[in-house]
Amino acid sequence: MRFFRQAWQWFDARTDASKVIGPVLKHPVPPHTGWMYVFGSATLFAFLIQVFTGIALATAYVSSSGQAYDSLQWITHEAFLGRLIRGMHYFGASAMVLLVGIHMIRTFLTGSYKFPRELNWVVGVVLLGLTVLMGFTGQLLRWDQNGVWSTIVAAEQAGRVPIIGPWIARLLMGGQTVGGATLSRFFAYHVFFIPAVIFAMIALHLGLVLRHGISEKPSASRPVDPGTYRAWYENMLKRDGVPFWPDAAWRDVVFGVLVVACVVFLAWRFGPPELTKPPDPTIVQAYPRPDWYLLWYFAVLAQLPHGTESYVIVGAPLVAGICLILLPLIFNRGQRAPMRRPWAMASIVIIVMSVGVLWVEGERSPWSPEFNAAALPPQVVQANGQAVNAQISQGAQLFHEKGCEYCHSVSGYGGHRGPDLTTAGDRLTKEQITLRILNGGYNMPAFSSSLKPDEVSALVAFVKSRSVSTVEGDK
Amino acid sequence: MSETQETSPERRKLLVRLSILLGSIGAALVAVPVAGFLLGPLFEPVARKWRAVGAVDRFEKGKTVEVKFEDASSVPWAGVTGNTAAWLRHEPGGQFIAFSVNCTHLGCPVRWLQDAELFMCPCHGGVYYKDGTVAAGPPPHPLIRYPVRVQDGQVEILTSPTPIT
Repeated sequence: MRFFRQAWQWFDARTDASKVIGPVLKHPVPPHTGWMYVFGSATLFAFLIQVFTGIALATAYVSSSGQAYDSLQWITHEAFLGRLIRGMHYFGASAMVLLVGIHMIRTFLTGSYKFPRELNWVVGVVLLGLTVLMGFTGQLLRWDQNGVWSTIVAAEQAGRVPIIGPWIARLLMGGQTVGGATLSRFFAYHVFFIPAVIFAMIALHLGLVLRHGISEKPSASRPVDPGTYRAWYENMLKRDGVPFWPDAAWRDVVFGVLVVACVVFLAWRFGPPELTKPPDPTIVQAYPRPDWYLLWYFAVLAQLPHGTESYVIVGAPLVAGICLILLPLIFNRGQRAPMRRPWAMASIVIIVMSVGVLWVEGERSPWSPEFNAAALPPQVVQANGQAVNAQISQGAQLFHEKGCEYCHSVSGYGGHRGPDLTTAGDRLTKEQITLRILNGGYNMPAFSSSLKPDEVSALVAFVKSRSVSTVEGDK
Repeated sequence: MSETQETSPERRKLLVRLSILLGSIGAALVAVPVAGFLLGPLFEPVARKWRAVGAVDRFEKGKTVEVKFEDASSVPWAGVTGNTAAWLRHEPGGQFIAFSVNCTHLGCPVRWLQDAELFMCPCHGGVYYKDGTVAAGPPPHPLIRYPVRVQDGQVEILTSPTPIT
């Protein structure tokens, strides 16, 4: 112990490290900040997990389009502790996205973005964007079938940007197609470019926290006045301030360690997501899906009215980013107490609920054809428990073979893209069913050229036979 | 100390400008080639090659099948990602049509359903007829067609960049 103390004193005498670190650790902060202020530091803890596990993974991951998939399989299933490290990287990313979101909501609701901390909010918005980019590029680095097709989807979306869109798309793919250069580029983005910017932004973020101090607990009786706030804050710190270390930092440590423990536990218990099929673009039986934190956006893309995609894909992130950046510049004074800011509360409730609903929809993906739908069993086909005629049986078979079942559900079998036809016979006449099958309609193809007359009759007979009595017959 | 006294304000201004100018030149000497290298894909010519995908009699008339071939700009370390695919339709009249496998909505791989004679996209439910025209869902354009020809009894497809719609 004595040796270490002497070693530190020797080091400190030559570097003045304690004179630099000491004031930072012990700078005064407002009292009673509580547990609501731990999410920023917890996000930093999650980022550090990503840095360390990422470095570990990079020692074995081969960033070559031809070998990345196999190297990741080796890391996951053969390397010592590889499954745990990959799992920690996956759950660490999830924790980072979740925590940065909560930290941002807390900052918004407590008005901590107001004078003099406007720039810190703007830097936080940039960090949010970089976190999402890290999540997305990380998903691509799995370089399985999902990774390859997600790259193409990203390039297609970038291609919607007016004038320079196709150039951005080509730069994303590293060429004219997804191939040898693509993965190396995304590896460089994920491991060098974006982390370098994140480190710089975190340094600026923390520097600004030290410069302006942690925001005090909001009080309804103390709205922010840029003319007097600084003097009031300095006096408050002199009068009531407590040293950051350990009076406030202990909560950050407790919560941060809890986050780390959760990430390690989840990684140990569930492991990382299994890779899908190999990254072969000729395997078209693919079902590309983003990771959970972008599923809501996946749902947005499916719900857009025809002809609006390009505007939304390009415009929505742009408008959202501009609004978030302008927020503290426009509303930098006044009330901070959440209960006195009903619009702030309402907007958070609406945003969280909207994202939540879209997330559930993204998980269900009712707009996607159910390619794995099994043929309708006899007990569903037969009406009212009685044997059905040959035409209805043929119709049920065609309903499966012609792909109707991929989009329409009957008694719980089939997809959900189109209307449920379980009781369609009760609400539609034969003529209406025939017209819809032959001519199609909104979101339904016309089958007039691919069905023979007897096939149309059989399909109509089958759909017409679907009624409440059929369903009761099933039971 | 005497050196400080000898430096006139004009000379100091000159030294500042000179340092900034030289620093900018040094930074540009590094930045220009690095930026050029990173932007390289924009300057590469579009590589297009005719690839044979099979003998004419291998493709039944009236059917659409998936064909696989090597990408034109494939590099040795690309592995399986150097391959690409297309849907090839042999029309009853004898001519061939090659469709890109990418949905024109967001690029996901469309599947061909022979019995329904439709292409369907698994991502957002885009549907196309057998001639590639949009049948339903969000796709804004028909499926992209690749140039196709018959040469020495072989069906050949001209490789193309991933269609950005």
